[in-house]
Amino acid sequence: MSTRSLSKGCFVFKPSPKRRKVSRTTADYFREGNSDLEDSELRFATCQSLQKQVKSETEQIEEELNEQLFDNLVSFLRRSHSAFQEKTTEWTWRMKSREIPTAALVLGVNVTDHDFTFRSLSEVLQNNVTPYIALLEAKDCPGIKNLMQKLLGQLMNCCIDADSSEEEDYEQVSRNRVRCSMTSLINWYESATKRTDSETPGKKRTSSRHWQSPPVVVIFKDMESFTTKVLQDFVVISSQHIGEFPLVLIFGIATSPMIIHSLLPHSVSSLLCIELFQSLSCKDHLSTIIDKVLLTTQFPLKLSEKVLQVLINIFLYHDFSVQNFIKGFQLCIVEHFHSNPLSILCCQLEEAKGRVNSLSHNQCENVRRLPSFRRYVESQVSEKQIALLTADSSLKEAVWKLLEDLNVYHENYFPILRCLHVFTSSLPKYPLGKQIRELHCACLENRVWETEEYESSLQLARMLNKSDLVTMLQKCVEILVSSPGREFDEIVEKLKEFLTQFQKLEEAYQERDESVSPQKELQKKTNLFNLQKTLLELKESRRSKKLTKFEMLRFEVVDYIDSLVRRYLVPADHKTLHEIVYFNTASVLREHLNAAPRIALHTALNNPYSYLKSEALKSDGGSISNKAPDICIAYKLHLECGRLINLVDWLEAFSTVVTAAEGPTADAASSDQVDDVIHARFIRAVSELELLGFIKPSKQKTDHVARLTWGGC
Amino acid sequence: MSLEECRSAGTLAVKFVPDEDVLRHIADDAGVKVQKGKNQLLVNTKRFVKKLEAVSDDEAQEILEEKSYIAVLGLCGEESMTNGSSVGGGEVYAFQTPKRSNKMAELASELAQTPGQSVVPDPSECPEKTARTPQSSKRSSSIQVQQKTKKNEFVSTTPYRLRRRLAAPDAQLESESEYSASCSEEEEVEEAQKEVSAVLSHQKTPAKTKAVSTPPSRKTLTKKKDNMNNLVEEYFEAHSSSKVLTSDRTLQKLRRKRLNQETLHDLLQKSPIAYAAEIKELNQQYESLFSKWMLQLHLGFNIVLYGLGSKHDLLEKFRASMLQDSVHLVVNGYFPSITVKSVLNSITEEVLDHIGTFRSPLDQLEFIMKRFKEVWDQAKQSLYNWLWYETTTFSPYVEETSYENSLLVQQSGSLALSSLTHVLHSLTPNARGIFRLLAQYQLENKDNASYPGLSFQDFYQQCREAFLVNSDLTLRAQLTEFRDHKLIRTKRGADGVEYLLIPVDDSTLTDFLEKEDEDV
Repeated sequence: MSTRSLSKGCFVFKPSPKRRKVSRTTADYFREGNSDLEDSELRFATCQSLQKQVKSETEQIEEELNEQLFDNLVSFLRRSHSAFQEKTTEWTWRMKSREIPTAALVLGVNVTDHDFTFRSLSEVLQNNVTPYIALLEAKDCPGIKNLMQKLLGQLMNCCIDADSSEEEDYEQVSRNRVRCSMTSLINWYESATKRTDSETPGKKRTSSRHWQSPPVVVIFKDMESFTTKVLQDFVVISSQHIGEFPLVLIFGIATSPMIIHSLLPHSVSSLLCIELFQSLSCKDHLSTIIDKVLLTTQFPLKLSEKVLQVLINIFLYHDFSVQNFIKGFQLCIVEHFHSNPLSILCCQLEEAKGRVNSLSHNQCENVRRLPSFRRYVESQVSEKQIALLTADSSLKEAVWKLLEDLNVYHENYFPILRCLHVFTSSLPKYPLGKQIRELHCACLENRVWETEEYESSLQLARMLNKSDLVTMLQKCVEILVSSPGREFDEIVEKLKEFLTQFQKLEEAYQERDESVSPQKELQKKTNLFNLQKTLLELKESRRSKKLTKFEMLRFEVVDYIDSLVRRYLVPADHKTLHEIVYFNTASVLREHLNAAPRIALHTALNNPYSYLKSEALKSDGGSISNKAPDICIAYKLHLECGRLINLVDWLEAFSTVVTAAEGPTADAASSDQVDDVIHARFIRAVSELELLGFIKPSKQKTDHVARLTWGGC
Repeated sequence: MSLEECRSAGTLAVKFVPDEDVLRHIADDAGVKVQKGKNQLLVNTKRFVKKLEAVSDDEAQEILEEKSYIAVLGLCGEESMTNGSSVGGGEVYAFQTPKRSNKMAELASELAQTPGQSVVPDPSECPEKTARTPQSSKRSSSIQVQQKTKKNEFVSTTPYRLRRRLAAPDAQLESESEYSASCSEEEEVEEAQKEVSAVLSHQKTPAKTKAVSTPPSRKTLTKKKDNMNNLVEEYFEAHSSSKVLTSDRTLQKLRRKRLNQETLHDLLQKSPIAYAAEIKELNQQYESLFSKWMLQLHLGFNIVLYGLGSKHDLLEKFRASMLQDSVHLVVNGYFPSITVKSVLNSITEEVLDHIGTFRSPLDQLEFIMKRFKEVWDQAKQSLYNWLWYETTTFSPYVEETSYENSLLVQQSGSLALSSLTHVLHSLTPNARGIFRLLAQYQLENKDNASYPGLSFQDFYQQCREAFLVNSDLTLRAQLTEFRDHKLIRTKRGADGVEYLLIPVDDSTLTDFLEKEDEDV
């Protein structure tokens, strides 16, 4: 069956039942793309398990991050709910106040992540507070009627979830679509709560989990997209009935809480008792994820600087979506394991031993081909070189050792990186970046101690005051003590020694005050000449002055940190076998996650040679050859036009180019025929350009088309 | 590149620093034997590169950050087969300066030369000149003179030698176009003189934009700002004038009949596809990715293919080779009457074998979700994990464009001569007579721009007089038939009277009447 048809745009294909062979699994597809058949299964398994680990880890992190917010929300619900229960006794008060308790949940602009938050929120509420939760989206509620329908449907369904025995009943109800009004909602609520109250003790478990007469929580996922009318109507109507059942609203807000007031007039918003909740900003969220997922030794796969940079840039410049960041990381995992046969060794160290030993000869050759391994071989003595290059067993031994080294390197790298970050993040103007990820990128990129930024941050660190320095050292000690690295005892000792020295200094430390006096002198107003003079004098005096003890110690501390950096923060790609654990094809990632279709189109049209490797298309400079595909020529010609294009001119220009390209063979006899063909080709090129959206028909002038793009010239 | 930029920006930035600040700064530095000035500079420059998140109003910084961003994202994938991504955005998205109308023809003649030779189009040097008749050379020189005197070159025709290049049989066309060209020239002379000053500034800009291919970052910041202003002005200038600076020639005057869909198809079928081998090679490259696509589809990603060229065949191949064992749905987005409903219907009816209708697409969606609950993870379904793959195929969009009403192809909606005659031949002589009457009347009024059409009453009167109908009912029945064949259009005027029009351009109508006369 063909998918070309003039009467249908949609085609369904089902596998024919006759030849139902064993359908291929994901692993099969993984293998198919690979030349190394032997290890692919294990690789795929490793890949899958790593993906799962990352997934659960990130989800857990998110849960932890949201915990605070959810706790606040639950306590808000409790408060408003207790008010409701009290109100039931105080009739007069209830009649007076018709305010609906409302939580305004400011979630930030990363809309794609909101879904996850709402899902876990409703889960939390479902487990602890109330079974009656309705999640509403603007696209489902174009009118108040649809909103009520949706609301009732969801509430009645969630009741089914709570006690499944009544399912048949409720199925009926929701199918029949009872009149969706507030009254029916209230009736339903009363009957539902009554039933749970009079339940048998066996079912008490569910009701004890929830509160007495649980509140009905209505969540508006995307408050901004709701039409004002619907929101207003809903608020007004439900405020009429707030005394009869406990309703709580939650507004999901992406922009700012001000939106409530711009969406709802005062008369309506005064019916709400709004409390504001702020979720964690997505930037903090990302930092946590990076901190806990990327900057640990927990996961064997690491990202190279460029890859990380691409992911972060997509985050910062495109969507602020943590979910997408994680998705990008997942893609890295798949790509790495799919494309790199040696990724089989990218696993926990315990497993690696066995895998190294069972490496096939082919894989050993793969190892030998690694550039970093070659460098390593070259640095060995000649006998060792021969052994490494010829004997698989000695190679395996070396690989194992190197992998261990790599592991140790990572164990040391991350704590020291954190220590350095403690220093750099408190410097003025953050020469090495404020976030640890920036520092991490800088360290991965090249030897960080050779960069100017590092130089300047060391200089700034040499100017830190004592209290800052001491707190930083203390933080560093904490970091190092809590990290699993083996070599840190000595460092911790040293740092503690510094701390005690600072302590001592404080006791015997008075003479520093004298240096203040010349500065005081300078504070008064001077003219430029005097200023210059005093400055020169000051400089002179300083040069001659001896360093104080504190300054000496400070120098020592900074130098020590510097030595740590030089020792432990070697960029990863200087390490042998880094290719195994580092995913570094950033271009793949960028291509798949942040593609630029228009640029691809532009290149294809302007420079077809980059796709079609034909000598005839080769051209120097920006121009295209006249033998280019028709659409390219038509495109090139249309770039020369203004807003409107005369089709006749275009056609003539086109045929001029095309006939010239075809050479002088077109003689007069067949010229008519040729013309028709060229005409047809022109028509095709123009309609293709129209399909691509570069031009559209225009009624402004006969036989003209309008250009739709600006640029490309 | 961005680093250099930063440095230059750093040195250029001049800031007023009060004495106190200088003092404080130096005092803070106490005890360090470093060149403070250098230090300060370093910090300054780094501020531009690092701290991408730091919110700042500083415009320069924004631009620089943007650049470093582009630099990072633009890490060229040497090993990938997509060179497309290496092009910077500036080249693609820059505004375009208004062009002279004969620019296209100039480029065409330039391209017509052997590639590589950049020929400056200059009619006096054209080798064809020797072959010209004296008269034509005079004409061309007159154009030349005009071009010289009028610096702004609003000449709305292709250069003469270009037209010469075209096939000889179109002699009549040539003279005609010449005529129309001079006409438009005359019209524009006055205006041109008025606009000289404005145009002068324009003429500088094309040169500038030509140079755009060298990275714009080479320019200093201030210059860039200027450019930006210029571009904005140019854009609005280009869009403000309602005057269209193109030649007045129409396809009508080109004595080539419009091709219809079939002949077009045949012609294209006959002409070989250029670079078939290379295109095949490209396709093979993409086909080697099929199993990877399947893997990623299985892992919860979705795939988007982009790039120039039809992907229909590629996808069809993918479908045939990979998806035979799974239920799948093909939706042709270019199909003109595709709707959400039809897509959903084909899922529910054909995939799920559900019979019955749904109240709304949303209900239908819910139903589908329920049925697929085991298959789709809620989270994955809510997020389309798009992966982008570039598959520039250069294959012609045969299928995709076939639904479009091409500008040059006979449109099926409106009618042309052949269909007109066809339909009328199937009608009674009386009916033909009625149509003739209407056509003649319309042609008589063709110079009247506000001709509303023939009112029904007048038409009835005329038909009666010609013994074509005997009651207005028969006329109405006849008109209904015409309308069904889209031969006429009726519209109500402001006074509520029904007016009848033939929605065909005058020349076709004339042709039609001539032909009819021949037949009769």
